[in-house]
Amino acid sequence: MHYGFPIIAGLVIFIGLLCAPFALGTGKTYKQPEVKLPAGEKECIESVEFMREQHMVLLDQWRDWALRDGKRIYTNHNGKEFVISLQNTCMKCHTNKAEFCDKCHTDAGVSPYCWDCHTQPEGLK
Amino acid sequence: MKNNRRAFIKLAAVAAAGLAVAPKAMASSGGHSPVKANPKGLHAKQWAMVIDSTKLHSEEEIAKLADSCHKIHNVPELTGKKEVKWLWSDIYPHTFPEQENPHLAEEVHHRHYPLLCNHCEHPSCVRVCPTKATFKRPDGIVAMDYHRCIGCRYCMAACPYGSRSFNWGEPRKNLDLANLNPKFPTRMRGVVEKCNFCVERLAVGDMPACVEASEGAIVFGDLYDPESPVRKVLRERFTLRRKPAAGTEPCVYYVI
Repeated sequence: MHYGFPIIAGLVIFIGLLCAPFALGTGKTYKQPEVKLPAGEKECIESVEFMREQHMVLLDQWRDWALRDGKRIYTNHNGKEFVISLQNTCMKCHTNKAEFCDKCHTDAGVSPYCWDCHTQPEGLK
Repeated sequence: MKNNRRAFIKLAAVAAAGLAVAPKAMASSGGHSPVKANPKGLHAKQWAMVIDSTKLHSEEEIAKLADSCHKIHNVPELTGKKEVKWLWSDIYPHTFPEQENPHLAEEVHHRHYPLLCNHCEHPSCVRVCPTKATFKRPDGIVAMDYHRCIGCRYCMAACPYGSRSFNWGEPRKNLDLANLNPKFPTRMRGVVEKCNFCVERLAVGDMPACVEASEGAIVFGDLYDPESPVRKVLRERFTLRRKPAAGTEPCVYYVI
């Protein structure tokens, strides 16, 4: 075979690189980021499971309800009412964006652009 | 056989009627809407404003209004072509270019007039917006959804009043970050912005910021309620609107 050695060597390196992430990752277990929950508040506007899975959907609905439909009061599944506002309702309890929002978002590799406009609770620097 | 066909047609009719009614019945019985408007909020069929330019006409007085508006809404301070403005002032020939005459009273000619988005009844900006980022609410306010704005600036070209500003740069770079209003968001680069008739204040039962700061020189109310303060002034005083020939039916009136 012409150029047999470089071809085989190249293939070995290529397959090695291809498999490297799997090889390096075996044995390690995924650890969920530990977010800092609000100190004073026990319950969020909906259940923990709901917020974990659906908060992005809820925020999306909230923005349309408040901005486009002019309906700014949200009644949760227990009948409790909240003012629809990311900045003035959510962030009143979740006062630390870096310790709450960012931890999971960084971990999941998503970068929502909420904070391009909305002011984070710590204020802007 | 005869009986069967009859029964079938009857049954089909009942089923069709049921199909027509069912979706509505299910919608009304099952899902409750989780949202409602704030009961304290103010409502109207078409919000409108009357500005008494005999009471409010110096540049400083209008700058004071603009200041209170811009502070509340975190509007960046910029000058020149990149300026962002929700409320500003100009002289008669620029405010009412179609309604000028060469022998106009000098005082009226040189007076300053507060200018802002006219929240037109037939807004041309809404018609041209390709993403529906700017839209007309049921209460007549021409609002903007900054989440959807793609910065194409069609609305700026369509607006006959120059009421819209484009954020050429990062607006936060020109804001006093220590004195932001934490209750209202700032905007991002590449979106168009404008006066929103203080939607967020009306929603909690407050009057717009400029109306409060004007100390009675600006009247605000429902254009379609004959008893509203706006209609009372319109009945009693002579008023002008900006560029009526554009056909957008502006809802900001000026007492001259």
